[in-house]
Amino acid sequence: MMENEIIARRHSRILSPLTHAGWPFWVTVIPLALLFLWSFFAFGWQYERGLGVTGMGHPMSWTFYLVNFVFFIGISHAGALVSAVLRITHARWGPPFGRAAEAVTVFALAAGPTNILFDLGRSVRFYWVALHAQFKSPLLWDFTCIMTYFAVSSIFLYVLMVPDIALLRDYLPGRKWLYRPLSLGWAGTEKQWHTLGKVIGFLCIAVIPIAVSVHTVVSWVFGMQTQPMWHSTIFAPYFVTGAIFSGIAVIIIVTIVLRKVYHLEEYLTPYHFNNMGLLLLTFTLLWAYFTFVEHLVVAYGGDSHELVVLWSKLSGRYAPLFWAMVVLCFVIPFPILAFKRNIPGLLISSVCIVIGMWIERFTIIIPSLSEPRLFYARGAYMPTWVEWSMTAGLFSGFTLAFVLFSKFFPVISIWELEKERKETPP
Amino acid sequence: MYRWGMVIDLDRCTGCQACVIACRQENNIPFAGERNARLGRAKFWMNVIYEVKGSYPDVKIRALPIPCMHCDHPPCTKVCPVEATYKNPEGIVAQIYSRCIGVRMCISNCPYTVRYFNWYAPSWPEEYKRGLNPDVYRRRKGITEKCNFCIQRIRRAKERAKKENRRIREGDVVPACVETCPSEALYFGDLNDPRSLVSRLSKSRRAFRLMEDLGTEPKVYYLKEGEWDDGE
Repeated sequence: MMENEIIARRHSRILSPLTHAGWPFWVTVIPLALLFLWSFFAFGWQYERGLGVTGMGHPMSWTFYLVNFVFFIGISHAGALVSAVLRITHARWGPPFGRAAEAVTVFALAAGPTNILFDLGRSVRFYWVALHAQFKSPLLWDFTCIMTYFAVSSIFLYVLMVPDIALLRDYLPGRKWLYRPLSLGWAGTEKQWHTLGKVIGFLCIAVIPIAVSVHTVVSWVFGMQTQPMWHSTIFAPYFVTGAIFSGIAVIIIVTIVLRKVYHLEEYLTPYHFNNMGLLLLTFTLLWAYFTFVEHLVVAYGGDSHELVVLWSKLSGRYAPLFWAMVVLCFVIPFPILAFKRNIPGLLISSVCIVIGMWIERFTIIIPSLSEPRLFYARGAYMPTWVEWSMTAGLFSGFTLAFVLFSKFFPVISIWELEKERKETPP
Repeated sequence: MYRWGMVIDLDRCTGCQACVIACRQENNIPFAGERNARLGRAKFWMNVIYEVKGSYPDVKIRALPIPCMHCDHPPCTKVCPVEATYKNPEGIVAQIYSRCIGVRMCISNCPYTVRYFNWYAPSWPEEYKRGLNPDVYRRRKGITEKCNFCIQRIRRAKERAKKENRRIREGDVVPACVETCPSEALYFGDLNDPRSLVSRLSKSRRAFRLMEDLGTEPKVYYLKEGEWDDGE
């Protein structure tokens, strides 16, 4: 008990957001909550009247919701990959990012598949995918992988929090109703630490293939179809790379904001961000490589149906979006990350990458649908207020979940900092 | 076992769109309205598309009626997560309306883009409602629908044949589009019966199918326009 008191005092900066909420908190939370609630109204409106209230039509039958779906599932890869890989490799700079990354994973995984619910013609019957499963459908593979990943990453987030929850149980007696059941009777005995170590080791290994499988099958929702420029063999690794890429960018944004708002400068130092920046740089290059390969092969192959889609991206209707993506995902972040990995630089490149990756999902999905093989079905797509509201609601819901999470649980893993402190000689 | 198929003689097709209207009437397809039609929400189980070449006065127009191709290897059925669409034993790619949850993956994976979605609940003008076909389900909002070769007519013909204890004869089943075509450009029948008109026409030298290279094996055959087009 005494030891906990000392630890809590030592990390008072991490714990103070749990007990204090000033006006900035309310100024953030209230608009986010309003936007979030507004999206419920928009969904109700759409549910009542039919999907006709969106801008979708024929052949543009998969649009914003699918873009958001792929985007959020992509972000969810941050947690697993970053925190598990860094733990397995014992990267010293990893621990301060771990908790934020794991939380991003869980909330993004809650936000992503929700889009499928919006997109369904009969949303309340979504569980029929499990009830009347048809194993040849890539959507069923999706459903299976995403649910597995959601379960495993929730457990991952939770298990890694147990010692911290036990600390909070003793430190904040006022919230005993919450922390006591969640702490699972953690007392910090030798045996408990041993079990925890084993469980974490297992989860770290298990979560990586699951995460990779998730974005692989998400890519196959498109890659397995015969649509021009979707039917590509590199879609799976391309999507997984893009997913980790956008995930790392989101982790960087989240941690920079937390560092600023909660004054965590002593935990999240430029040294940590420099390393994270190097990781992001690697994925910038990987993404550029995949994008180049994907488009060059199509151009050289010269299949007439695919060329129509390719030119609509390179110089046609979708050219502004396509080139914006290239600029945001590569041209801006690459020099910054290569030469100036300081915190403002990282923030700028991460914001660019997140926006760019959303556009990437858009330019993958929409142009192929708008140029199907037969010349008579041609579509133009313009989202209506319903789609914008749902998108705004999703992003604010995601942010809101994170803000509230940071008010109930420490955003940096305290016990891991302590462990590291004990291991390093003074 | 029957294996239903259609033959469309492009030499005879005048592009009058009577088949489109007949299909609409038979299958209770609601009107989309101008705004929705512009968004591509008009439903054409049978559609006629036009290729216009040249400009006035030297114009050449070709018409191509497009129903569902009823592929033998349909790309649409395998992607449905709830098995709401399947190829029935007689080769018709059918939609189970009550099972469909509106994922629309079948729509995006159909290379012929002949699957349609119910963006709104169906509605008809009051005076029109008395003319709706009682044999055909009025599809609710949020589900996918498509041409099914007038499956209700096939069922009726089967019942009649069963009563008389015989197989369906040539000409017993006539889908609405085939029945109405003024220039008799459409034929329908059993491709498994080597003597049926459709199976003979499908082996004609003029016969082709749309995008055969995809390997979907459609059961809708087209007969290309005649020889006198050559040397133009």
